[in-house]
Amino acid sequence: MALAGINWFKYSSPASFYPLAGKMMPWFAGLATVLTVVGLYMSFFVAPTDYKQGEAYRIMFIHVPAAWMSMFIYVVMAVYAALGLIFNTRLSAMMASSLAPTGAMFTFLALWTGALWGKPMWGTWWVWDARLTSELILLFLYIGFMSLEAAIDDPRRATRASGLLAIVGVVNVPIIYFSVQWWNTLHQGASISLDKAPSMATIMLVTMLVMTLAFWMYTIAIVLYRVRCEILERERHSEWVTELMEERK
Amino acid sequence: MGGYGGYVWGSYIVTALLIAAEIIWVIQRRKVLLKRLARMSRLTKG
Repeated sequence: MALAGINWFKYSSPASFYPLAGKMMPWFAGLATVLTVVGLYMSFFVAPTDYKQGEAYRIMFIHVPAAWMSMFIYVVMAVYAALGLIFNTRLSAMMASSLAPTGAMFTFLALWTGALWGKPMWGTWWVWDARLTSELILLFLYIGFMSLEAAIDDPRRATRASGLLAIVGVVNVPIIYFSVQWWNTLHQGASISLDKAPSMATIMLVTMLVMTLAFWMYTIAIVLYRVRCEILERERHSEWVTELMEERK
Repeated sequence: MGGYGGYVWGSYIVTALLIAAEIIWVIQRRKVLLKRLARMSRLTKG
């Protein structure tokens, strides 16, 4: 109920969001640290060896959360880009820019860990399979978004162009997700689904979810930190930033 | 790791390195930015 009393629109202003992000960031960073320690302990000391894949399946505790985060971050980035284009809110564009590097990192990790799992299990590092190829396209979309933004000097035009790319590219996310159903792929189907019981042991599932939560909290923390930099950079000529700099002396 | 050590550690170590690199990168970016803004603020006042 107390949350309903907060004027959320106030926080769409960079000047109001900057201190709020600074207050929230340490909490998410702390949560990410605790969850990572718990997740790693479970990954190596609690989860048992898989009867089929042996110890190699432990790569899944990184691979699956990284793949989920790569798609989730892209969708959030596209939503912010759309909000920025529709409502012309400065903070939305800054959020989209701040999400892209972390999204690209998780996409790379999903591909990297997938290759390291694929070699011993499939006998190959890479196949031009629908799931793998669409995930690679996601990495190119992230790189394209960041490159486009960096290549255009006028910040407003850069935001518009990269925002459009983010929105168009979001069509790739359902393609990644459903690729294993739509096409005959080497990549296995989803281990976890909302309408089916999970096809893995509970302890393995819990470990995977703890690692996902850890990655999620990490993403929020690093994006809040980065968006504070974006805000300062883009609002450097505004009065409140000048005052902030005066206060810091 | 049952003969899969290279694959498993290769995954975990690269993940840790990338996350560490990202953290160092943003901290460095903020430091440089704050220095630049402080210089700008001094110049404006002067």
